Amino acid sequence: MDISIAGLAALYIFLLAGFAGWVIIGHVPAILHTPLMSGSNFVHGIVVVGGIFALLNASTLSEQMIGFLAVALGAANAAGGYVVTARMLAMFQTSHPAKPARKHKRKG
Amino acid sequence: MLALLPSMAIVVADLAAAFLFLFGLKRMSSPVTAPSGIAYAGIGMVVAVLASFLYALSVGPEAQAHLWVNIGLALLALAIGGGLAWRSGSKAALTAMPQMVALLNGAGGGAAAAIAAIVLLGGVSAPAALVVTLAGALIGSISLSGSLIAWGKLDGLLKQPLRFKGQQIVNGAAFLVTLITGGYIGFCVLSGTEPLLAMPTVIAIFFALSLLFGVLMTLPIGGADMPVVISVYNAFTGLAVGLEGYSLQNPALMIAGMVVGAAGLMLTLLMARAMNRSVSNILFTNFGVAPKHKHS
Repeated sequence: MDISIAGLAALYIFLLAGFAGWVIIGHVPAILHTPLMSGSNFVHGIVVVGGIFALLNASTLSEQMIGFLAVALGAANAAGGYVVTARMLAMFQTSHPAKPARKHKRKG
Repeated sequence: MLALLPSMAIVVADLAAAFLFLFGLKRMSSPVTAPSGIAYAGIGMVVAVLASFLYALSVGPEAQAHLWVNIGLALLALAIGGGLAWRSGSKAALTAMPQMVALLNGAGGGAAAAIAAIVLLGGVSAPAALVVTLAGALIGSISLSGSLIAWGKLDGLLKQPLRFKGQQIVNGAAFLVTLITGGYIGFCVLSGTEPLLAMPTVIAIFFALSLLFGVLMTLPIGGADMPVVISVYNAFTGLAVGLEGYSLQNPALMIAGMVVGAAGLMLTLLMARAMNRSVSNILFTNFGVAPKHKHS
């Protein structure tokens, strides 16, 4: 059996990407838990790209129907995830005059 | 050389998108830089979606005849799905945000499951790709139906958690049957055996069982625990997207999906810790309406 670096690259991508996600979220203050959940919800909206790939390569009616569903659901995930996250994070805008104490809420 | 240009453009766009997602998430993890973080991630998404239409230049011969129809369908699906979600996302009250996230997360899980269905129906023969696709189908389907139940609970449609005696055993049995069905698909494909029913039927049963398990798993959990449950399903969808990214050989999906899978897991642990509970306590002990558990 040929064990080449190309075949293992997928495992390395999964390992390093997983570690990156773990480290990035490691030390977030509790007030950011919900916006970050929404933000990561937006990021997996990238599934729409996979849906487009599958739909463009569809050759039967059932493939077209499922592909259409995949693109529509993925697009909903991405677009909705963006607007929801942006609305949540707008409350952290530092130029907001009403709540200047907000940015000092970080945990040490 | 010129023929390679589109695929190179896709590679560069996906690489840029993966970087922007990581950079955006990093900025989102601090209150000072958070608002700009989502903008960076958004640019990455737009770049990746635009570049994905370059796949049209390299479709297989049997899909060539349907290419223009498929491009039209893709644009229509983008407009309908994206437009509806954008509208409801900007109109929903800020207090309704958790159920919005649940709904959108379910959509992502459904998209991953749909991709898995196309790959499975098209026929995969490589053992690694088959196992990964089946796992992504299972996780994506659980995330879809589970998120919908979580949405129903937060939106007040499902008022009481549904609990009955021996529920854990029923859920465990349902999960086992689902796994066996998935294993049977894998066995039939790899060994070349004809399945008892037609293959598409077996695949449909597998998806139905996965969806059912997602419902069963979420029903007994109380509404107060839903934010943690949504975070679990967020991690599930990320994982499913990453796995289907492997099936489609798309590194951008693999990276973004796995980053969210791990980040979602970390967030789940942090949220559970903030509630002074363990994740397994939340998921499997039928609590959450009136948390009065005494930790020893």
